[in-house]
Amino acid sequence: MSHNNSRVKVEINNLKKYFPVKKGFLRKAVGHLKAVNDVSLRIKERETLGLVGESGCGKSTLGRTIIKLYAPTDGEVIFNNNGDSISVYDLGKKEMKKVRQNMQMIFQDPFSSLNERMTVMDNIIEPLVCNNIGNKKVRGDRAASLLKQVGLREGYLKRYPHSLSGGQRQRVGIARALSIKPKFVVADEPVSGLDVSVQAQILNLLKELQSEYKLTILFISHDLGVIRYIANRIAVMYTGKIVEIAKREKLLNSTKHPYTEALLSSVPKLGAKKDRIILEGTPPDPVELPEGCIFSSRCLYSQDICYNESPELTKQKGDHFVACHFSDSLDLRGIN
Amino acid sequence: MSKNSDVVLEVNNLKIHFFTDEGTVKAVNGIDFYLEKGKTLGIIGESGCGKSVSAHSILRLIPSPPGKIVNGEIIYHDSSLNKDNGVVHIEQLNKKGKEIRNIRTNKIGIVFQEPMSSFCPHYTIGHQVAEAILIHNDELNKEQAHEKTVELLKQVGIPKAADRINDYPHQFSGGMRQRAMIAMALSCDPEILIADEPTTSLDVTVEAQILELLEDIQAERGMAIMLISHNLAVVSEVADWVAVMYLGKVMEKAPVGKIINNPLHPYTKGLISSIPKLEGELEELQPIKGIVPNPIDMPLGCPFAPRCERKVSDLCDKEVPAEIEIKPQHYARCFIYSEEVE
Ligand SMILES: Nc1ncnc2c1ncn2[C@@H]1O[C@H](COP(=O)(O)OP(=O)(O)OP(=O)(O)O)[C@@H](O)[C@H]1O
Ligand SMILES: Nc1ncnc2c1ncn2[C@@H]1O[C@H](COP(=O)(O)OP(=O)(O)OP(=O)(O)O)[C@@H](O)[C@H]1O
Ligand SMILES: [Mg+2]
Ligand SMILES: [Mg+2]
Repeated sequence: MSHNNSRVKVEINNLKKYFPVKKGFLRKAVGHLKAVNDVSLRIKERETLGLVGESGCGKSTLGRTIIKLYAPTDGEVIFNNNGDSISVYDLGKKEMKKVRQNMQMIFQDPFSSLNERMTVMDNIIEPLVCNNIGNKKVRGDRAASLLKQVGLREGYLKRYPHSLSGGQRQRVGIARALSIKPKFVVADEPVSGLDVSVQAQILNLLKELQSEYKLTILFISHDLGVIRYIANRIAVMYTGKIVEIAKREKLLNSTKHPYTEALLSSVPKLGAKKDRIILEGTPPDPVELPEGCIFSSRCLYSQDICYNESPELTKQKGDHFVACHFSDSLDLRGIN
Repeated sequence: MSKNSDVVLEVNNLKIHFFTDEGTVKAVNGIDFYLEKGKTLGIIGESGCGKSVSAHSILRLIPSPPGKIVNGEIIYHDSSLNKDNGVVHIEQLNKKGKEIRNIRTNKIGIVFQEPMSSFCPHYTIGHQVAEAILIHNDELNKEQAHEKTVELLKQVGIPKAADRINDYPHQFSGGMRQRAMIAMALSCDPEILIADEPTTSLDVTVEAQILELLEDIQAERGMAIMLISHNLAVVSEVADWVAVMYLGKVMEKAPVGKIINNPLHPYTKGLISSIPKLEGELEELQPIKGIVPNPIDMPLGCPFAPRCERKVSDLCDKEVPAEIEIKPQHYARCFIYSEEVE
């Protein structure tokens, strides 16, 4: 276990998560769906790392595997738990339960993540109850104040999830994940169902918590405006791999990967039809990946080498990492 | 809004209340809008303001008890009916009857806000979409339904659709489930599509593909779309008209360009200024101050008054402003403009 650089909160090394692909009557495994395919990342304490990428590219799976909601296929995650570097996958059940207090997830699908049979109050305080934190009053107070912080009045505590609107449920999910004051949160599309005003309120709340108790966030979202507002750095994922990662403005303005360029060009703009780079076709099959670069089949700039050799994620000027054979020579459009 | 023969659905002074132990939740409290053939109505508004409840009521999917349509009309103009000029009063239909079931399977498709809850976890995605196709087309056999399923899933951009139809819902990513839901809603070639936040889990490239697909189908078949979305940029790209809701009421409605470029209602203005920008200086986001009033204990006057920074008089706290046409084709409920109009 490494004790270097105490400012790194989560260190992810060569993480892989494969799902077996079963076929036929006997459901025999005939291959693997490589949802997360060799990802290495460092997330610093108090940092928000934004994660963007095409639908189905593996963002949720990556988030879930990092906090061990899925068992990894390979790789390691080192978590800095109150100063101790802990290898998450080496922990037994009991130890993991303790560490889990500091790692929470805001789930993408609020409906299935809340317990239908419990009131909003009981849903929010469940992590506290599970870990024996506080008494009834402390828990109740925390639930009420959190609910208010996410823009819902106290009256909702007694309601059941099915009687809430989509965005109200999503906010209960956020309150629940934060109730235990975790140090690291994987927030999977946490504001996707919220109108922009409530969204602004939640984003500001997360920022406050970051300075209040050094919260570290992996923030998955498809809304690049939101990502720009909340994230310090942005990672772009494509078919199980990180293809570009850099500081926020760098990634948006000196874009270096052709997929990022296409993604940025598709951002819908208020009141204007955009000049989009429409990606033809679909991403490669994560069961049978191509030999060369995973983006080659849809890339506007691909050349022979791209179909034969897979580019590594390599460091460029100013902590800008890119996985593209031609990142030096291409002159790509950024957000402007 | 001037009505014409292209109107396929009309909602007039609709009120839907939930009768709960704590009191009556006035989720939808007197709304009017209509949908036109080949046109898209965008609906935006505060979380919890009644968008989904309005949408569900069109297909009579409000759970009752506790919910009830307490007032108003939902009129569907069915061109295939000769009786009553094709006018169907949806609000009067038997919730479990043949007529509403026929409308649900053949006329009006819906994409629910939460795709996970609309798929059954125990059946494969392919099975569920094929089932929907078979209910609609009794002349198809199983094999043909299977083919159409693959075709539809391809259309919504599911890679290797022929293999992936054997997946169970939990094996799909959030955005893939959302797209499967869209495929299912489109499987009955609906005249009207109600899409409740259909692209919330989609990255922008796939979102663009889906929006384009919807526009193509709309152009081809004249489908009317009701698009509920909190993403104003998406709405601005695809909607013709926009209605802005707050606490169970439509506060402003107009053709999309007017809402985006020249919003009149203080609530709409607040919304537009809370959008995080992708260009220029990064400024702190300013959410609208305060919290939505309790829908059980509604303010007497304008529902937005307790949070409004532009209140003009005591009137705002005492009376609900009427909907007035402030500029041609631009309607709002706000006392700021009442003098200008008089
Ligand atoms: N079964 C129910 N019992 C009581 N109240 C309900 C019930 N269903 C919905 N409501 C309330 O009705 C109001 C409107 O809900 P609706 O789902 O239409 O909101 P929405 O505009 O779609 O919001 P969102 O953008 O968050 O999805 C909310 O305040 C909600 O809490
Ligand atoms: N439990 C599972 N079993 C089998 N395959 C799975 C499972 N969970 C995810 N997958 C597959 O792994 C891939 C990545 O899925 P994931 O949910 O991580 O995508 P995502 O990037 O979060 O997409 P979205 O933006 O649509 O939510 C997809 O092809 C998905 O179908
Ligand atoms: Mg996901
Ligand atoms: Mg809703």
